[in-house]
Amino acid sequence: MRDCRENLLGKAVRLGVPLKVHLDITWRCHLRCIHCYLPQRQGEELSNSEIASLLENLAGLGSLFLLLSGGEVLLRSDFFEILALARRLHFAVFVKTSGTMLNEAAARRLAELHVKRVDVSIYSERPEVHDRITGLEGSFARAVGAIRRLRANGVKVRINQSLMQSGAIDSTGVRQLAAELGADYCCNLTIIPRLNGDRSTVALNIPRNVKRAAMGAMEPTRLTEPSCGSEKLLPLEELACSAGHTGCYISPFGDVYPCVQFPLWLGNVRERSFEKIWRESPALQRWRKVRNADLTVCRACELQSVCSRCPGLACLEGDLLGPSRLDCEMAYARTGRRPAPLAE
Amino acid sequence: MKPIIYIARAPGVAWRRLEDEVIVLSGSDSSLFILNAVAGEIWEAADGKTTLSDIVVRRIIPGFEVEFEQAYEDAAEFVRALADEGILLVSSQPLDGAPEP
Repeated sequence: MRDCRENLLGKAVRLGVPLKVHLDITWRCHLRCIHCYLPQRQGEELSNSEIASLLENLAGLGSLFLLLSGGEVLLRSDFFEILALARRLHFAVFVKTSGTMLNEAAARRLAELHVKRVDVSIYSERPEVHDRITGLEGSFARAVGAIRRLRANGVKVRINQSLMQSGAIDSTGVRQLAAELGADYCCNLTIIPRLNGDRSTVALNIPRNVKRAAMGAMEPTRLTEPSCGSEKLLPLEELACSAGHTGCYISPFGDVYPCVQFPLWLGNVRERSFEKIWRESPALQRWRKVRNADLTVCRACELQSVCSRCPGLACLEGDLLGPSRLDCEMAYARTGRRPAPLAE
Repeated sequence: MKPIIYIARAPGVAWRRLEDEVIVLSGSDSSLFILNAVAGEIWEAADGKTTLSDIVVRRIIPGFEVEFEQAYEDAAEFVRALADEGILLVSSQPLDGAPEP
């Protein structure tokens, strides 16, 4: 009866099930985080009924894990309606929020709807540093207040911290804060380019030697890439990534991608059903044929076994099959050994 | 005569049918369960309003060519195991479980 996740993942790959879906329900946000990867694009967000149809389509295809994110999800007046529908459709729902709009009633409702976890970003244990990064004075106090309310209502919380220049380059303080609040903690060491190709945010990455020191201070399980979550959903000996195999990203405007940071446009659910996009998109079919042996540089890299190469980042850096220098930096931080692309 | 038992999926669970199996994620600790075809039938029928005997008669015996006594004993054992894991509610009265679409 009880079984390991690998059986499920193998089955999802075999059946082509989008087991894990990341749905941004809005890109609107009242924060102005200096490292935000979302472009300023606005457009007509999927309506409540369009999201309902999409969720029903996803449930029918076997999707189980659903991340509702943004933007700030609570800026959508129908957020709890969407969440309630997702739960009625038996999804395991994860929510990302800044926490700045999360009052007692919202915390109680999230508990009633049995969300699996709420992720809140905290960039420093020093309020003034956090607020400088978000561009909103008082955002630290509001986020911490939200975490306290969630925990008091029995909701599992994870604090996500991105280390960056202009912010905290050390995780100790936020880790302690998470422990005090009864929250899990996850640290991200890579600031990625914006999805529209703007690379200005990359300059916020902390130096590789500092990354290495930060890496040494943490347990491996507390480190993750920004959008992949804490668990890898595939036994990926051959496949380059779970994106597009068992996971995907859907923007607030209905655009479908293999992952939030993988700018390979697959289609729009306003033009074709998600199922048709998932099963028939030519771009996705081409991507699914890619194996690690096809990677031009990484296939021969001696750090392959410790590298979490992200094809989306490689794509954002210009070559889907090439290396991602940001991940090379991470491999260096893990091992102290310099992958070939960093030696150039 | 079997005791009257109602079963319902616990409110916090998430689940999905994949082919002939049902995948269940516990609400409390995110433990993952993979239920086989028979267990999956019982799981899907666990609406809190149908007795275990009725579930066995309507969903197990016709589909799996098994005698009632054996099917019921197996089902009862399965129900006990899932109740111990906290993902299934068991009562002698009808009960509310996870919300339905």
